[in-house]
Amino acid sequence: MANKLTVKWKAHTVLMLASLLFLVPFLWMFSTSLKHESRIFPKPGEPPQWIPTTEKLDEEGRRLVTYNGEDGVEVGREENGRFVLQVGEKTLAVWPEDFEVQQKVGLHWMNYVDAFRQMDFIQNLRNTLFICVSYVLGTVCASSLVAYSFARIPWKGRNLLFVLVLSTMMLPYQVTLIPLFAVYSKLGWVGTFKPLIAPAFFGVPFYIFLLRQFFMGIPQDLSAAARIDGCNEFGIYWRVIMPLSKPALATTALFTFLFEWGDFLFPLVYLQDERQYTLALALQQFQSQHASAWGPLMAMSTVITVPIIIVFFFTQKTFIQGITLTGLKG
Amino acid sequence: MTRMERRNTRNGLLFASPYIVGFVVFILYPLGASLYYSFCQYNVIMPPAWVGLENFHELFFQDPLFWKALYNTVYFAVFSVPLSLAFSLSLALLLNQKLRGMAVYRTLFFLPSIVPIVASAVLWLWVLNPESGLINGMLRQFLGVEGPGWIADEHWAKPSLVVMSLWAVGGAMVIFLAGLADVPETLYEVADIDGAGRWAKFRHVTLPMLTPTILFNLIMGLIGAFQYFTQVYVMTGGKGGPVDSTMFYALYLYRNSFYYLRMGYASAMAWLLFVVILAATLLLLTTSKRWVHYHGE
Repeated sequence: MANKLTVKWKAHTVLMLASLLFLVPFLWMFSTSLKHESRIFPKPGEPPQWIPTTEKLDEEGRRLVTYNGEDGVEVGREENGRFVLQVGEKTLAVWPEDFEVQQKVGLHWMNYVDAFRQMDFIQNLRNTLFICVSYVLGTVCASSLVAYSFARIPWKGRNLLFVLVLSTMMLPYQVTLIPLFAVYSKLGWVGTFKPLIAPAFFGVPFYIFLLRQFFMGIPQDLSAAARIDGCNEFGIYWRVIMPLSKPALATTALFTFLFEWGDFLFPLVYLQDERQYTLALALQQFQSQHASAWGPLMAMSTVITVPIIIVFFFTQKTFIQGITLTGLKG
Repeated sequence: MTRMERRNTRNGLLFASPYIVGFVVFILYPLGASLYYSFCQYNVIMPPAWVGLENFHELFFQDPLFWKALYNTVYFAVFSVPLSLAFSLSLALLLNQKLRGMAVYRTLFFLPSIVPIVASAVLWLWVLNPESGLINGMLRQFLGVEGPGWIADEHWAKPSLVVMSLWAVGGAMVIFLAGLADVPETLYEVADIDGAGRWAKFRHVTLPMLTPTILFNLIMGLIGAFQYFTQVYVMTGGKGGPVDSTMFYALYLYRNSFYYLRMGYASAMAWLLFVVILAATLLLLTTSKRWVHYHGE
C-alpha cells in the first residue's frame, strides 16, 4: 500500500512541476502587465519580481523609508544627491544606497489603459470579431454541405474528390498566396476583409474532413426514413443530419474561431489601414513601434489571451474530442 | 445509369459544388499561376515577364541568403521536430496514468498551444530578454550565472526558438493521448504474464502500437517547421536578425514577396518549398513501411 501511495505522489509531483513549466510564462506575463515602468527592469543583482509593488507613501505623499532598521520619512533632497530623511526625532542626509524605500503590493492597471488608448482597442476587437464570425459562418455552412456529399450521397467520383481534399491539406499556403494576392489586388479587394473571409464560403479541407468523419457515423436508416416521409436531399441534410451533428458543428465553429482570432499572416498581407487591423496584427504593430513598453505590451497580450483561455476552459471536452476525431482515425 | 444513380450524382456534385468551385479558384488556378510566375519577373503592378530559369539560377548560385534561410530552417526542423515529438510523447505518457486530476493537468499542458501566436511570441520575447527577462533573472537568482543573450544573440537565437517550440506541443500531445487510449489493454496483460517490466512494456507494446501516431505527428511537425513564420516575424520585427540567424525560409519568401515585390522570385521559392515538403512526406511515408505497425495487420 505504502509503495503504491509513494508512486502516486511521485507522479503528482512530476505532473505539478511540468504544469508549472507551462504556466510560468503566463504568470510572468500577467505579473509584468501590472508593473509600473520603474519595476519592470530590476536593478542589477535583484531577482525577478513576481508580485508588483509600489512605494509606500504617507498622507502627505512622502516616501516611507527604512534606515538602519528604523522607520522614517523622506523629507527632501540635497543637491549633491543625498536624501534628507526624518528618522524618529533626527533629520539626516543619507546616500540613496544606504536606506531602503518601503514597498507594498501595488497593481499598476494603467498599463491596460495605455494599451487600449494606443491601439484603438475597440475598433481592433470589432474587426477581429467580424472576421471571426463571418469565417465561422462560412466554414460551417460550406464545409458541412461538402462533407454531406462525401459522407451521405453515394456517387461515383466522391472518393477521388475526397482524396483531393485531403491532399490539399498538405499544400503549403506560400504556393497559392502570391497569385491570390494578384487576383485580389486586381479586384480591388486588398485592404478589405474580403480576402480573409471569402475562402471560408468554399469549404475548408480540414473541417470537411472532420465533419465527414462525424456524418459517416450517423445511421443510414435515418436518411431512408426521412426519404420515405418525402424529404428531398437538402431536407435530409437540413432537418436530419445537421441537428444530429451539433457536437461536430460546435467543434468546427470553435476551432475556426480560435484560429481566426489568432491568425496573423493573412491580416498582415491583406490589411493596410490601421482602422482595419485585427487584435493580433495590432499587437504586433504596437510591439514593433514600442519594443520596450513591456507593461502595456504584456497587458495587451493578456487581453488577447484571456478570452481564449476562458473559451477553452468551457469547451475543452468538445475541443479534445475534435482533435481526436481528426488526428487519428483517418 | 438508373434514375437513382443519376439523381445521386447530381446531388453529390451539387452539395460538393462549393468545394469544386473553391478548388479551381483557390488551389488549381493559383498553383498554375504560381508555377508560371516562378519563370517570370513579376511585381504585381506590371504584367509578368518571362525570364526562363533565371529565378532558379539566382536562387541556387547567386543568393547566399537563400542558402542561409534554407540552412536555418533545416536546423530548426532537425532539432525542434524530434525534440517536440519526444517531449509531447513523454507528456502524453505522464497524463495516461489512472490518477485523479488528469483533466486539469491536460488543460494546463495544452494551454500554450491555443494562445494566439503573436501574443506568445511577444511574451517569449520578454521571457528571453537578456537583461530583465525571466530566464536570465532566474539563472542569476538560483545559479548565480549570467545567461546568454538568447534571441538577441546570433548563436543562441535558433536554440531559443527550439525551446519556445517545446512549450507549445499540446496538439501533438493530445493526439498521442488518443493513440495511447487505442492500445488494447489485453496486450499489456499478455506482457504482464510474460513478466515484462515497465520499460519492456513501453518498448515492446506501447511504442510499436504508437508508430502510426508518431508518423502522423512527425509529418505534421515537419510541414509546420518548414513553414515556421509568425514567431520569427514578430520576434525579429520581420528582419530575421541578428545577422540573419533567424532568417527562415518562409520569412525570406515573405520578404521577397511583400518587401521587395519580387513575386516571381518568391514564387520560385514557394515551388521549391512545395517540392521539398512533398519529397520529405513521400520519403517518410515510404520508409514508414519498415517501422510503422498498423493494428489490423
